[in-house]
Amino acid sequence: MRWHRLAAIVRKEILQIRRDLPSLLITVAMPLLLMLGFGYGVSFDIRHIPVYVYDRESSQQSQDFLKRFQASEYFNVMKTVDNYQAVIQALDAGACRLAIVIPVNFSEQLKTGGPVSVQALIDATDNNTANVSISYSEAVVQTYNQQIQLEWLQRHGQARLQPPLKVDARTWFNEDLESTANIVPGVVAIIMAVIGSFLTSLTIAREWERGTMEQLVSTPVTPLELMVGKLVPYFVIGLLDTALCAGMAIWWFEVPFRGQWSVFFLSCTLFLIVVLSLGYFVSVVAKSQLAASQAALIATFLPAFLLSGFIYPIDQMPAVIQVTTHLIPARYFMTIIRDVFLKGTSLPLLLDDLLALALFAVLLTILATRAFQKKLS
Amino acid sequence: MLGRLRGMLIKEFIQVFRDKRSRFLLFGPPVIQMLVFGYAATLEIRHIPTAVLDFDNSQVSRDLLSRFTASPYFDVRARLNDRRQIGELIDRGDVTVALQIHAGFAQDLRKGRTARLQVIVDSSVSNTALIAVGYVNQIAGRFSQDYQRERLFSTSPLVQSQLPSIVLDRRPWFNTDFDSQWFFVPGVIGNLILVMVVSLTAFAVVREREIGTLEQIMVTPIGRLEFILGKTVPFFLIGLLDTTLISLVGTLWFGVPLRGSIGVLAIGAILFILCMLGIGLFISTISMTQQQAMVSGFFFNMPAITFSGFATPISSMPEFMQWLTYLNPLRYFLDVLRGVYLKGVGLDVLWPQMTAMGVLGLVMLTISVARFHKSLD
Repeated sequence: MRWHRLAAIVRKEILQIRRDLPSLLITVAMPLLLMLGFGYGVSFDIRHIPVYVYDRESSQQSQDFLKRFQASEYFNVMKTVDNYQAVIQALDAGACRLAIVIPVNFSEQLKTGGPVSVQALIDATDNNTANVSISYSEAVVQTYNQQIQLEWLQRHGQARLQPPLKVDARTWFNEDLESTANIVPGVVAIIMAVIGSFLTSLTIAREWERGTMEQLVSTPVTPLELMVGKLVPYFVIGLLDTALCAGMAIWWFEVPFRGQWSVFFLSCTLFLIVVLSLGYFVSVVAKSQLAASQAALIATFLPAFLLSGFIYPIDQMPAVIQVTTHLIPARYFMTIIRDVFLKGTSLPLLLDDLLALALFAVLLTILATRAFQKKLS
Repeated sequence: MLGRLRGMLIKEFIQVFRDKRSRFLLFGPPVIQMLVFGYAATLEIRHIPTAVLDFDNSQVSRDLLSRFTASPYFDVRARLNDRRQIGELIDRGDVTVALQIHAGFAQDLRKGRTARLQVIVDSSVSNTALIAVGYVNQIAGRFSQDYQRERLFSTSPLVQSQLPSIVLDRRPWFNTDFDSQWFFVPGVIGNLILVMVVSLTAFAVVREREIGTLEQIMVTPIGRLEFILGKTVPFFLIGLLDTTLISLVGTLWFGVPLRGSIGVLAIGAILFILCMLGIGLFISTISMTQQQAMVSGFFFNMPAITFSGFATPISSMPEFMQWLTYLNPLRYFLDVLRGVYLKGVGLDVLWPQMTAMGVLGLVMLTISVARFHKSLD
């Protein structure tokens, strides 16, 4: 590798990027958009679940019970209806996700004792939200039960009643269980994958399509020089984007950063090399810009989004897919970045993941230069 | 006019189906993405890796813990005897939940004091943590209730039969097994059509502009309307074909039931594809290069998918964003897809969504065509 040739390629690429001002703006706008979009749009804090109530008794006690749902921040009681038809229509049209139906002789049955069943009709189309709303409804019912039972026992001269068991839950690393703290560091990984794949996948494909590649090849530049030269500017842009994202995560979304910056930047550097060489590889193999962009999307963005544990937990996937995730570089980076942000994990515990990333970086560089040579001959 | 249009259409189809690679690009990625999404996208949380630390080791404490072992939600991986081990296991990510029972647990219960179950949760993955805490509370709540009943029963049988309580009678509709594939597969159909149609349309026009063939077409007698139709009709048909293909994968491979009428689904798909053609054309008027088209496409696709209710419910988003979702065609199409697939509802329920897509499609196509005329001058 000769430095002056490398420098020439870098200069050429920088010139090309600078001339394409819209694209340069995009490298700043895209992380911002992704950060804001995911930070606000992807939230697992399920609140304000729309609820309809059908109170067939309409007594003071039934109203009292239903008030518990109104008071909860998890539910949003939209409407009180007076027939089943309205409930069915609302569930069909998606106007509510949960409908609570109180039986006719609710308060009377409570007086005579024994369990009274209250119907909870759940739109289970979205199984996750349905599960969470069941959990919250059960909690409302349990609290209410405790209160009426306590009152009953006092009325009947029984000793005061204490709940036998209390759960004392401590959540580590993300004490308020806020999903932004969990999602936002993951978004940093997604953005890096996108920048790497989208921007670089087009650089080589464009040269082929415009016919300038032949001109480049006829110069004394070697494939490795060409690759490194083309990637260096994007590497710098990627690092700047990473810093921008980390800054937003910490100051805008107020995600705690508990780890060491050195570990953070080391892992970011490794991951950037991986995604850049992957994007390069794709653009060498693909023929047109359209093909390159589609292939890059499939090869980097989708796996980073789906198979890295960003949103969907890996340990819940079928075994075959779980094994496949080991081939996804973003999986390792996702673990590292979350651990560094939230757990403050130090280098020794992350060594396995870092080594995996390093391995990918080396392999992909070799693959990409090989593919380039093959394409030339 | 018809003859010229036919010529234009034939040219487009030849271009699209020219070689094996571009044919694959039309149908390969959607099917691959469908399969990956179908398997990987699950928010179900089961087999949460759990450690237990029982300092009491009494019959009651073992009874409580056995309820966790028996539950499909928890997977007891380690029985510890030292507090410090909890920190190690959670730091390494080996367990997500640790349950700790203090010494004297059984004694507290016997004496009518409130006993405590300490739960430590790794909440760096907040959704899993949230659901895990919910399950712990449900199991502990049931244990508590059972214990209380037994205790009261032993002092006075009368109390047992008359103690009031409410039981939640859960009735999940539409997706009774809480199958997350049933939720995600119809959504993926919407996503894929969005990405395919928008990028194919945008690229087809911008490519001609970039290579310089656009001017060649403009000097032929082909009119502008014919050109636009020639560029959109093929992708309209390909979009429909893709819809059919991935719907078949959804029904035949994943076994998602199609409960409503195919006709309603087809109307929804046609209206949605029209909206997406409008967006694709619009992007082609603002991009000079394919790279710009791709990035602009991404700027539309990403928010459109995030703020559609595809993965997380719209009702949990910030209120301002909730209002913006009304401008998002995908929001309506997802309602149609899930409505027809899982709820089996028809036009009587879905007409507002259809109208909204129709209006949005009309507006988008009008704006794009107007802009397109200008961009050709």
